[in-house]
Amino acid sequence: MSETNILVAGFGGQGILFAGKFLVYAGLINGKQVSWLPSYGPEMRGGTASCGVIISDTPIGSPIVTQPDMLIVMNAPSLERYEPDCARNGRVFIDSSLITRELGRSDLTGWYVPAAKMADENGLTGLANMIMIGKFIKETNICAYNDIEAALKKTVPERRRALYDSNLEALNLGYNYRR
Amino acid sequence: MEKVLMKGNEAIAEAAIMAGCRHFFGYPITPQTEVAAYMSKRLPKIGGVYLQAESEISSINMILGAASAGVRAMTSSSSPGISLMSEGISYMAACDLPSVIVNIQRGGPGLGGIQPSQADYWQATRSSGHGDFHIIALAPNSIQEIVDLTQRAFDLADTYRMPVIILGDGILGQMMEPVELRPNISANPPEKTWAANGTGGKRKKNIINSLYLKPDQLEQINFERFKRYKLVEKKEALHEAYLTDDADIILVAYGATSRICRNAITQARANGVKAGLLRPITLWPFPVQAIKQTMQRAKAFICVEMSMGQMIDDVKLAIECERPVAFLGRTGGMVHTPEEILAKIEAVDRGETA
Repeated sequence: MSETNILVAGFGGQGILFAGKFLVYAGLINGKQVSWLPSYGPEMRGGTASCGVIISDTPIGSPIVTQPDMLIVMNAPSLERYEPDCARNGRVFIDSSLITRELGRSDLTGWYVPAAKMADENGLTGLANMIMIGKFIKETNICAYNDIEAALKKTVPERRRALYDSNLEALNLGYNYRR
Repeated sequence: MEKVLMKGNEAIAEAAIMAGCRHFFGYPITPQTEVAAYMSKRLPKIGGVYLQAESEISSINMILGAASAGVRAMTSSSSPGISLMSEGISYMAACDLPSVIVNIQRGGPGLGGIQPSQADYWQATRSSGHGDFHIIALAPNSIQEIVDLTQRAFDLADTYRMPVIILGDGILGQMMEPVELRPNISANPPEKTWAANGTGGKRKKNIINSLYLKPDQLEQINFERFKRYKLVEKKEALHEAYLTDDADIILVAYGATSRICRNAITQARANGVKAGLLRPITLWPFPVQAIKQTMQRAKAFICVEMSMGQMIDDVKLAIECERPVAFLGRTGGMVHTPEEILAKIEAVDRGETA
């Protein structure tokens, strides 16, 4: 039985929920069981946002991610809050242009991607989320590179098709990023 | 059929439309607002009516009006809003009107909070309003079941001429899962010969009324209605049994909580404790027989709820207190972790059933 618990966290407005949705579709097109649960609260742009994604070979019980195997964090408060919750030997993906510190726990493996900065430099402001996801896919093989386009087509609604190309560019940028 | 990803709230709305609901009246409240938002987008495009009322009291009375005219109508809200609807629900029960009411529960009492809760169990199964009456209460635990049961709710409402409540919680409303939008409605719903939808000059007027000043007449009407309730209790109770056949300890949980219990049961079994889950899908009628049957083997029960303990009453009644029933509750919007449920299972296994 294999079940992967993923938590994506950052500020509202960074596309945290969208990034989670992409991962769910990536799992779905591979025939996996999936669930997506956002944090909801009196939250707004600039406040905290997170969503838990579970990708599993077997039916999913609780959709709540309490001990993420994989954590994607896009602001400093999220790292403070969720690093202690990570499962042992978990993997953490950090937007290093917004988070200056490194991981405190030695059992965790960290990838540091200056996603917000890369997005700005490449005319992709606001798409740091998908740069992070690109790197995440590269390192975790949560889906094959060839599945990226299909998952993105599912995630970007038809009426927003104009955003497809820039999202794909951001995913590729992250996928090909090397420290 | 292709699976699509939907939020629970959106799935409720789409399933209602699939069931032929073209009339929705509601008022926004977290965590169910997506039901109304979805309806406001879809219904005008398919010849339906979406109306945001000025309050929940208005929404429920608009449902009463629409149901009186014989159409499939729905409203949705969250806990405080449902309390405001109590009067209207009682009137609809008294007028024998079918309708579907959705409660995506949040922490209470009072205005409470907006995080998930199951503290409206008593309200849904005991006291949705004043007077002698019942409503059917359905408790899905997945988005697929939301799609299937929401459609079924309309058929049940029409068949038994009574309101049906879908009791969800903030987790189910907000989470997304893949679903098949498969039809689950009767091809031949009962004809509504009682509806006040115009005589066409061909029949006597139908009158929808709940006022009866002669006590013997009102008693008779209540007697008749309770015969129908007996039929519902006999025919419509639903449950899911998960690993109960060999279980020494039976967890009883519904909705989102039941999913967390499954994780705990997996862990308990890995540790050698035979636990199982009896999940009521209908809360009223309560699956009494199914719970009784598990008693042949089970030595103890654990009721797990996001409340201070409400369904536990029905569990004790079902087994007539012949086994200990332990309780594990979280409240105010807090959600159980699988670990704390596992700890409770292990404690009960050691004989600590208090």
